[in-house]
This record gives sequence, structure tokens and C-alpha cells, in this order.
Amino acid sequence: MSLFIENLSVHHGAIHAVNNVSFKVEKGQLAALIGANGAGKTTLLRTLSGLNKATHGKAHWNETNLLHEKPEQLVRHGVSHVSEGKSVIPELTVKENLEIGALWRRNKKEMVVSLNEVVELFPRLGERLEQRADTLSGGERQMLALGRSLMSKPQLLLLDEPSLGLAPLVVEQIFQSIKDLTSSMGITVLLVEQNAMGALKIADIGIVLNLGSIAVTGDASALIADPQVRAAYLGY
Amino acid sequence: MFQLLNTFLIGITAGSIYSLMAISMVLVWRSTRVVNFAQAGLAMLSTYFGYEIIHRFDSYWIALPVAMIAGALVAAGIELIFMRLLLKHSSQGAIASIAPIIATLGLLGLIKSIIGYFWGNQDVIIESPLSNVGFTIGTQTLALSPMKTFIIAAVVFMVLVLTFIFQRTNLGLALRASAYAPEISRLAGIKVDLVRTVGWALAGAAGGAAGMLQTANGNGALSPDSLEFSLLLAFGFIAAVIGGLDSLIGAVIGALLLGLVLAFVLTYVGGSLVFITAFVLLLVVLLIRPGGLISQKAGRRA
Repeated sequence: MSLFIENLSVHHGAIHAVNNVSFKVEKGQLAALIGANGAGKTTLLRTLSGLNKATHGKAHWNETNLLHEKPEQLVRHGVSHVSEGKSVIPELTVKENLEIGALWRRNKKEMVVSLNEVVELFPRLGERLEQRADTLSGGERQMLALGRSLMSKPQLLLLDEPSLGLAPLVVEQIFQSIKDLTSSMGITVLLVEQNAMGALKIADIGIVLNLGSIAVTGDASALIADPQVRAAYLGY
Repeated sequence: MFQLLNTFLIGITAGSIYSLMAISMVLVWRSTRVVNFAQAGLAMLSTYFGYEIIHRFDSYWIALPVAMIAGALVAAGIELIFMRLLLKHSSQGAIASIAPIIATLGLLGLIKSIIGYFWGNQDVIIESPLSNVGFTIGTQTLALSPMKTFIIAAVVFMVLVLTFIFQRTNLGLALRASAYAPEISRLAGIKVDLVRTVGWALAGAAGGAAGMLQTANGNGALSPDSLEFSLLLAFGFIAAVIGGLDSLIGAVIGALLLGLVLAFVLTYVGGSLVFITAFVLLLVVLLIRPGGLISQKAGRRA
């Protein structure tokens, strides 16, 4: 049970966005994928969820080959991708935004059960179920995106920059709930972040991408202590 | 006073048929971001299927649902076989925005030729199943006949059914989510491609109903070069744009507004100005409220 990536390369036209990347995330681990703008983090994540096509390499989640399925199929194999920046549908209500995460299960009863679970985790969403999603604050939207993902009962969560555009205090809350939720549910997480320090603090392992290639990888605590990583990515 | 009431009734009847056509344009636009000019051809083809059923079974009441089902199947087939291929091969560059429009115009011509090949270019007749003679009050004749009453009732029923599907069912939620945000919907596990096909099918059914009702409401004549269907397409499209092209309610409101304005111009100004009025109305709405009467502001783009 693990996320296993070997020699993965992705091209955007002539640009080699992801270059021969290999790493492994064990079940239940939280891995932080960090690096500067344009390092290929988002491209890598989009490839793992079927939105982008890989040039070559391997990517498996347990027995599922991540490179051969469409995103809507991968959800059925327990892989859920929350895309960059408060990925909610503003025209739909909070409740509808949550429900679309469970539509594929075609089971109204299970949907209601999941909805109640998510509302228990995020009481703020429960108070706003009938409101349109565009009336929510940035932090609430990120909770909603996370909640929608949980509605599909994921085993592997691919999170793209949940801290984007949020106030520092809110970022801390979001990181904390990501940590608490996924560890209590045994969900494996690959977290892409610009906020390297925040991500490494809650992560088990860290992977540093630079211009499409892996620069450093190791235990998150070791990376935080590493003077080179500190200087290049943590800013002090 | 009586003339005013009659003009109003004529406008409502015409407007309700336009609204079906406008709805079918909106449904396709929402699901694939394509303005489907072939919709008039699809509606016509469905109506010819209806004509075949009337010819064989002598019943408009069987023909109407059959035409709608045929419209749904043909539209779904076009989306599956033709549009998917087209959007895949021309999804980049300058051609991306224009190719689907040209393609649907080409399809319109193709469908008309196919109809001409199978049914000939002469008029065929679909008789109105109900009397189209207006009810009388005293010595006055109302512009509301049993047939027109049925048309209005049928359109109201169909709009209610569609509203129910969109607002209260899981399919409707999938249709709305896929229209607003295809990528997020995909990541949430919705089979967006399949949902698109369903959107086209619903549009095909609405178009088929519009064709059958329009033909029975007019003089009953049907031919590949029918002016009625060209007008249906033009007015349905204008109504959809007035309504914002993205909103089902907007399409209905736009169509009723257009039907009423045209009826009043026809009665009180003159028949030669009807077509001009339709386009002037379109331009005025676009100049004052470019997003249509029911525009959803900034949220749409997200």
C-alpha cells in the first residue's frame, strides 16, 4: 500500500516540466512536495490525477496505474485531487458542492451519511449548507474543497496549494485540520505547497523539486534542520 | 381592448415555442460551449420522424413523444460521434473558437439535404390534432384555440419537468456542475463526457417538441426549405442570447419577451418590420446588458 513513482517525466510542448522524478510515499504518510514557482509541482500532481499526460515513467497507487486512467475513474480507485486555489463551484450551494463529490457512488443513503460526517468535521459548512459557495470566505472555501474530496472517501489525497491566498492564521488552521483529518482517517497525502515551512511542519517526509527534478528528499524534520534547504527554500 | 388581448395571446403562444428552441440552444451551450446552429435541422429531422409516425399510425399524440425521443437520440449521436472528434482535433489555436460554429452550420445543410433525399423537397402536411379555431366570446373570436391552449400547456409542462431535473435530481446536479466547472467536476468523479451527451439529448428532445408544435400551430406545411424553421432557429437563438445563453429561466423569459414584442409589432406596426425588430431587440439587449437579461455576473468565469 503505497504511492510509488519511478522515472516520471512530463512535457509541456518542448518544456521538460517534470524530469525523471522518483519517490515513494507509504500508506498513511503525509508527504510535502515543495519548491519554487515553476518547479513542476502542480504539473506532477495533475499528472498523478490523470489531468496531464506523462511522457514516460511509472506512477502507481497500490495496484492502480495512475497514468492510464481518467480523473473521474481514479476517484473510483480512492484517489482524490483538490486542485489549486479554493477549488469550489461558486454558482452551486455549499451542500451541492459537497454532494458532487459523492455522486459517482450512486447511493443516496451513503451520500447523506458522508454529508453528515463532513458537516461534523467542518461545523462552519453545516451552518451554511444552503448558501452559494461564492458567499464563503477564503478559508471556508478551502474547507469546502477539502470536504468535497472527503465525500468521495479517498485513500490518497492530492492537495494543491491549500494555503494559496489565505491569511496566515487561516493557513495554520487549514494545515492543522489537514494533518488531523488525514492521520485519524489513515489517508495518505501528497501536499504541494509554496509555503514550504508550513507544509514541512505537518509532514512526515519532504520532497524538494527544483526545475522539474528532485533536489532533496528525506524526513520532514531532517529537511527543516538542513542548512542548505533552509537557505534555499525556507528563507532563513 | 379585444385586439390587445389577442395580440398578447398570439405573442405568448409564439414565445412559448421559441422558448423550447431557446432552451435547446442553452442546453448545448452549457454542456459544450458550442452555439448549435444545426439545432434547426435537428428539430426539422425530428418533425419528419413525427410526420412518418402520423403517416403510419394517424396519431399526433404518438408522433410528438416519438419526435422528441428521435431528436434526443440523433442529438446524442451527433455529440458522441461528431462533436467529440471535432473538439479533440481543433481544441487549440485560432480555429478552436470558430470551428464548432462552422461545423454546426455545415451540419445544418447536411441534415436538410438528407431530409430532401428521403422525403423530397415538396411540402408534406402535418394536420393540427386539435381545432385551431379560436374560442368565441359573444361575437368576438379569441386568438386562443384548443391547439394553442395545448401548446402553451405542453411547454409549461416541459419547462417544469426540466426545472425539476436540473434542481432536484442528481443528474441535474451533475449537468450544472459540469457546465460551470468541467475540471472540478471531473476531479469529483463526474463523467463529464457522458453528462455532455445527456445535455445534447435533452436539447434534441426540446428541439423536436418545438418543431412538432410549431408545424401544427402554423399551416402544417413542412419542407426542407421551410421558412418556419429558419425563423424558429433565428428567434430561438435571439431569445437564448437575450436570456444570457447560460440560463434556462433566461431563455424562457427572453423567448416570451420576443414573442410578445413581435406580436405587437405585427399587429400595431406592420408585418415587414417583424424581422428587423427581432434583431434590433437583440442589439439593444446586448448594448445595455451584454450578459443578457439574466446575467450571472462575475461568478460565471471562476
